[in-house]
Amino acid sequence: MGVRVGVVVFPGSNCEQDTTWGLRLAGAEPVELWHESADLGGVAAVVLPGGFAYGDYLRAGVIARFSPVMRAVAAFAAEGGLVLGICNGFQVLAEAGLVPGALLRNRGLRFVCREVAIAPERLDTPFTRLVGEDRPLRMPVAHGEGCYYADAETLDALERDGQILFRYVRPDGTPAGETDDPANPNGSLRAIAGVMNAAGNVAGLMPHPERAAEAILGSADGLPILRSLVAAAGERTGAGGAARVSAGATA
Amino acid sequence: MSTPPAPLHRTLGLTDEELTAIEAKLGRAPNDLELAMFSVMWSEHCSYKSSRPLLATLPTGGDDVVAGPGENAGVQRIGDGLAVAFKMESHNHPSAVEPYQGAATGVGGILRDIFAMGARPIAVLDALRFGDPHDARTRHLVNGVVGGVGGYGNCVGVPTVGGELVFDPSYQGNPLVNVMAIGIVREDRIMRAAAPGPGNLVVLYGSTTGRDGIGGASVLASATFGDQDPSKRPAVQVGDPFAEKLLIEATLEIIDRGLAVGVQDLGAAGITCGVAEMADRAGTGILVDLDAIPRREPGMAPFEVMISESQERMVAIVRPDRYGAIAEVCARWGLPCAVIGRVTADGDIAILEGGLDAAGRPNPGAREIARVPARALASEAIVFERLAAPPARRRAAPAPGLPPAPSELLPERGMDPGAVLLGLFGSPNLASRRWVYEQYDHHVGTNTVAGPGRGAAVLRVKGTRRALVATTDCDQAVAALDPYLGAALSVAEATRNVSVTGARPLGVTNCLNFGDPTRPEAFWQLREAVRGLGDACRALGIPVTGGNVSLYNEAPGSAIAPTPEIGVVGLADDVDTLVGPAFVGDGDLVLLAGETRPGLGGSAYAALAGGGDDDPPTLDLAREVALQAFVRDAIAARLVTAAQDVSGGGLAIAIAEMATWGGRGGRFRVAVAGSPAVALFGESPSRAVLSAGPDAVEALRTLAAARDVPLAELGITGGDRLVIDLAGEGATGAAEARGARVADAVDLALADLRHAWEHGLPRALGVEA
Repeated sequence: MGVRVGVVVFPGSNCEQDTTWGLRLAGAEPVELWHESADLGGVAAVVLPGGFAYGDYLRAGVIARFSPVMRAVAAFAAEGGLVLGICNGFQVLAEAGLVPGALLRNRGLRFVCREVAIAPERLDTPFTRLVGEDRPLRMPVAHGEGCYYADAETLDALERDGQILFRYVRPDGTPAGETDDPANPNGSLRAIAGVMNAAGNVAGLMPHPERAAEAILGSADGLPILRSLVAAAGERTGAGGAARVSAGATA
Repeated sequence: MSTPPAPLHRTLGLTDEELTAIEAKLGRAPNDLELAMFSVMWSEHCSYKSSRPLLATLPTGGDDVVAGPGENAGVQRIGDGLAVAFKMESHNHPSAVEPYQGAATGVGGILRDIFAMGARPIAVLDALRFGDPHDARTRHLVNGVVGGVGGYGNCVGVPTVGGELVFDPSYQGNPLVNVMAIGIVREDRIMRAAAPGPGNLVVLYGSTTGRDGIGGASVLASATFGDQDPSKRPAVQVGDPFAEKLLIEATLEIIDRGLAVGVQDLGAAGITCGVAEMADRAGTGILVDLDAIPRREPGMAPFEVMISESQERMVAIVRPDRYGAIAEVCARWGLPCAVIGRVTADGDIAILEGGLDAAGRPNPGAREIARVPARALASEAIVFERLAAPPARRRAAPAPGLPPAPSELLPERGMDPGAVLLGLFGSPNLASRRWVYEQYDHHVGTNTVAGPGRGAAVLRVKGTRRALVATTDCDQAVAALDPYLGAALSVAEATRNVSVTGARPLGVTNCLNFGDPTRPEAFWQLREAVRGLGDACRALGIPVTGGNVSLYNEAPGSAIAPTPEIGVVGLADDVDTLVGPAFVGDGDLVLLAGETRPGLGGSAYAALAGGGDDDPPTLDLAREVALQAFVRDAIAARLVTAAQDVSGGGLAIAIAEMATWGGRGGRFRVAVAGSPAVALFGESPSRAVLSAGPDAVEALRTLAAARDVPLAELGITGGDRLVIDLAGEGATGAAEARGARVADAVDLALADLRHAWEHGLPRALGVEA
């Protein structure tokens, strides 16, 4: 039996099945967590998948942060539980204040779906430990609000404290520019594609590792990210066995 | 000064003749509500009253066909207990009035047709046609339509994996938005759109009913309209992709758990169409409890409730003991749900005001306000035999004494073939569609093996080795010259697009976009196109499993080119055997399969170079069948490294695409029999370009000979330039007039080709300097 990883399903999530599929490829036993449930069911880690939670009509992620499941996720994170937000999941984490910064409309004002290259800043995190060598990873982005923003002071602090997880890079591996660089699909400041909280147990990224988990889909570079999460979660719960009781279970 | 008001039936778009027919069906005069119901059900859009006799001639059967025309979507078996559901529909007039919502609701409507069958939608393709890309109104429409397709598809989580974007002056006043959707369903879970079992409940779930889209089908889709008519804006429906996403999940759960015996989406003509068609298919009737229909605004008249085209609504037919379970599913997904009627045995659609009691009997004081036989609204709707007459002038030969059309004489005319190739490659109709498809999520679902931008889309089928291959095509430029040939060529090209991946074409869906059928010339175009569609499908051995007819595509002063849009789905048993269209290695041999034949009419070259040539290439369906079979054989035998069909822009464009996409050039020699323009840029059908390792060529020759398909060596891949020499007697004819040798007709840097191709569309649309 694999490590049980929860995948949150909001009404309007649309990558929950892709994420479940990808996590299974990464060796996990995925468990869907309904948005109205305040009980995470003892999972070893939580993934917030992509989509348009509650329609995202007001602003991406702004409604989802108030859902019962997010109260449980926040409590789980506060206890050191591993949480990964992908695309809309990243937006929800940012709105909930579980990771620093905000995701604004893409600088080009259009939805962008294309393959990008990202490079990990650190290889010693629960989200990147199995990525192996420091090399650009190819995977798709697909979003309208993915422009990472924080004030300069915060950005400096993130860089200093090692909280930047991924940056968009050019084909040669150098960081993409902020403007007019096709390697940075949304104009993110300092080409930031993914960040972590200060404790290093909650991360969000705009690109979709679950869409790059099989060679037949054009890239398997995303799989090591999912594998890293599953491996780290398995260690924390002890060889993939029963998870410790999360704070959310009593919420 | 006052004029007497027009009779109600004419206001509703019914003719006097139609009113007489309604009275005959009822044996009395209809009341106003009944007349409104007839007006939407007998609209061209819902009744196919002009096209039904023509559509009856199409081949629709096959061993693997599970559901054909008449159901929400066609369904064909693909093995492993699975089936594919697919269909195409138009949303032309709504998109012309309100491009974002028109296109968005076009996506929503066709998706509902797919999941109403119990199939999970896995892909959307959008075939779009507009006028001049440099025109401000066209740019507004393109922006709105692309935004609407993306805004809806991206949110519901169904990838948009392919389609077309074509600019042609005939669409200036009347753009075309055709959307195709594909879904996968377990064979034992296929749901029908029928209302069996008197006593069963009629359940409406999804969004509430409002005043949006009143008369969308009858007012908008079934009449020609003037420029920018704001009075028709209320007839455009408004989409809510978030609600649709919930509707998908709830519907698939309801069907998967066997909670319903019939499901239909509500689109054109709203509840009236839903209940009439479902009852008619089952030979039953439905008593509608008007008061029970959840509304989003007060004070709606009965006819507004009955014909509203509010989006994201479904009807399920449910055994009374299963209703609780359906209500629970809907509540979990946050969807309103209500019992709005009962299935009856009397065959009538009856509308009741005053409500039903718990046993389904009218309350005391309830009042029946309409009663119409379901079949009179649906399968027995009026049919017209329209008059057909060919246009007075078509395919005219050049007047005696005039010189041959200059487009046949490219080098002699002093044109540089390399410059022509660059011009065509960067032209709005042939350049990269990246600007469009990057606005569409084309990966969600994690099935997209080959997405938009390079020929047919390839989708793997999870849990199997299989893949589905899908494409849309229409040769409206040839159809404008000869609708029969244009339709047949469209089928040939769409199926060839599938065959060059290695997959076997499975079935055809279509969207027949034509002008006003009461104009004999327009009806003749429709009749000829349907004949071409049928002949091509019979020759290729594939059924037409569904589709849609969109008539009255006319703006003041102009009708669209006849546009028989073809969607094809193909099947590959092993996704790993499929090949792509990009050159994959240096030193591969490149071959042309099939024969180049004359005729530049309708070609991209003719549109660029002008000339009086309106003689299109001919189509020999037997050659087409042989060519496609050969290519599939060769790919199945693993002899081919890349394959691309020859279509828009001709052989030179096909080679340029393979080189650009593969990031490697090559040196080629093209034999010229007649004119260099035909050899390089002619679009004669039944041809494909293949690349293969040198040791595979003998086996390829054997396979080609077995099918009697000509196979000519063109050259070899490698390098960063594309060089095409011309050879043969036509190559040097009048070189001196051109002042240059013709032998090295094309010599271009790959980087220049890529630049032209990448920037052509955004520059034409003015979104890039």
